[in-house]
Amino acid sequence: MLNSLSNYFHKKQRLRLVALLTTPVLWLVVAYLGALAMLLVTAFFTIDNFTGNVIQEFNLGNFQDMLTDAAYKNVVLRTLGIAISVTFLCSVLAIPMAFYMAKIARPHSQKILVALVLTPLWASYLVKIYAWRTMLEPGSGVLDWLLAPIGIHSPGFGGPAIIIGLSYLWLPYMILPIYAGLERLPNNLLDASGDLGAHNFYTFRKVILPLIFPSLVAGSMFTFSLSLGDYITAQIIGGKLQMLGNVVYQNFSINLPFAATIAMIPVSIMALYLYLVRRTGALASM
Amino acid sequence: MHKKRLVSLIAVASVTALILAGCSSGSDSASDGGVPKVDMMKELGAGEGQVNVVAWAGYVENGSTDPNVDWVSGFEKETGCKVNVKNGATSDDMVALMKTGEYDVVSASGDASLRLIYGGDVAPVNTDLIPNYADIFENLKMQQWNSVDGVAYGIPHGRGANLLAYRTDIVKPAPTSWASVFDVNSPYKGKITAYDSPIYIADAALYLMETNPELGITYPYALDQTQFDAAVEVLKAQKPLIGEYWGDYLKHVASLKSGGTVLGTTWQVNINLAKGEGSKVEGIKPVEGSTGWSDTWMVGSKAKNPNCAYMWMNHIASPAANAGVAEWFGEAPSNAKSCDLTADKNHCATFHAADDAYWADVYYWNTATEACLDGRTDVKCVPYAEWVKAWSSLRNS
Repeated sequence: MLNSLSNYFHKKQRLRLVALLTTPVLWLVVAYLGALAMLLVTAFFTIDNFTGNVIQEFNLGNFQDMLTDAAYKNVVLRTLGIAISVTFLCSVLAIPMAFYMAKIARPHSQKILVALVLTPLWASYLVKIYAWRTMLEPGSGVLDWLLAPIGIHSPGFGGPAIIIGLSYLWLPYMILPIYAGLERLPNNLLDASGDLGAHNFYTFRKVILPLIFPSLVAGSMFTFSLSLGDYITAQIIGGKLQMLGNVVYQNFSINLPFAATIAMIPVSIMALYLYLVRRTGALASM
Repeated sequence: MHKKRLVSLIAVASVTALILAGCSSGSDSASDGGVPKVDMMKELGAGEGQVNVVAWAGYVENGSTDPNVDWVSGFEKETGCKVNVKNGATSDDMVALMKTGEYDVVSASGDASLRLIYGGDVAPVNTDLIPNYADIFENLKMQQWNSVDGVAYGIPHGRGANLLAYRTDIVKPAPTSWASVFDVNSPYKGKITAYDSPIYIADAALYLMETNPELGITYPYALDQTQFDAAVEVLKAQKPLIGEYWGDYLKHVASLKSGGTVLGTTWQVNINLAKGEGSKVEGIKPVEGSTGWSDTWMVGSKAKNPNCAYMWMNHIASPAANAGVAEWFGEAPSNAKSCDLTADKNHCATFHAADDAYWADVYYWNTATEACLDGRTDVKCVPYAEWVKAWSSLRNS
């Protein structure tokens, strides 16, 4: 039966295409873009002040609240700052690690290193962040115990803790694309650069960096967008600090339309980011 | 991707969204001010095999937290209704959960109950089907937060005060007033906690009732704009003192235990949990009085398991279960007969179950409305939606 079915589809090319694409297109349009459109539409609704039921009338009040209250400007800037710091920290850590994995380690240990980079992803997100909570705990945490002899204290819960936690969580997403990029980079380019008298740093700046730039962009899209939308890390180790995700979380149960309005901010930032990335041409060579 | 294709995709998406929006538009909105008509259950049928409960942490215990604390397993065996519980961290959470229609029964505090009733999310309760209703303290029945126009919307559960928790080994001398959490020169700066919900604004208002009588606050849920702004100012000044705001009670207990938090508002159950883990924590009702709660078990208007929901409400109002919860959570029971069944025979006396004088300075959570709840008619009060905005702004500034 399967055979005749496959024969049938072989003859009818157009039908074959329809059968193949219906599900993914439906998924993309209804579940993905549809949800995004719903978000956009909901942002213009309002709620009944008493019962909290959503009233479906066009209204710009949410945007007005968001733009006039300085608190939301602060939270946007804070979130952006955190996302940029996390992305920067991840790149600084990931480039040397990926370079070692791709260029210096022996082929056998390369595979082991890739596996090791992936191991943190096997543990649950929550377990890892709660572990960081224990480590960062001021006074009684592991970090304080470890660093007190050299006079450094744990940063406690707050912005620095969030940056550390998120960098830890997203580091593998930065290492892997850079590793893949470096692996494709022919060794003889590095040799040639050295032969022509370039120092290591000069080679890095003029040869390696331009060639792995698309990988760096790919990695940064993960670390930047994941940080931008995160709220659990801030909840657990952020102290009283809130990120954009927390504002959405805080409001979605009481004022869904306002939460939708806030949720439009990271969406717009990501759209802008992708647009800028596209202009650099990194997307084309990815 | 070509621009044209992108445009057409967006067009398709927005059409889809509009269709979806059209389908989902609710018809049970009560913006005209009335209570949506929801039918009351007439007679009890056979159990459905399960009941989905939204409750405060500690209200539905099946022995998994503490093997000795279990008033659920017996009910499950007896009725065949498996109890699935979802803890709500705040009243706002609970309202949102009930709006999904996936839950049958909820333990709503006074700042959620009216919203649920007017939102059409809960049904009137036929108290004739709840035999244990007869033993509930009369002065808890048919109150402003659990009935509308003489129709009961739930079964009173119990009441308690929000307490001031402090680490006995660190905070010396022991605090007696809420001033200790609002004092900008507090030596415990950075180790103070507050409840992460807009309703906490009422705690600041309560504090102002004592410290700033010129404002004329008489009821912390009826604040005109001036009074409201003053309360928010108190909270803004308090923010630098706060280490963490708590919503998740487990994280809060862990903080009390580790010493990350040494002072701040809490529930008795959190103190019991922290003590159980060997922490030196005490809780007091400060001299200014306190905010508190008087909870009500309500049944969802879209309950899929209404029979089990009624059986659950009857069970949780029974003397034995009510005594169990009251003692575990640290609150006054609602069933008069519970007092004979508590393990600690003084429990009802300690928690002033029948002592009306004690409750005089406990202000049960309530939903602020534009019409002032304290009866003033010359001013408009700040409605709860504005509390939410102010809180969100405070937390994110």
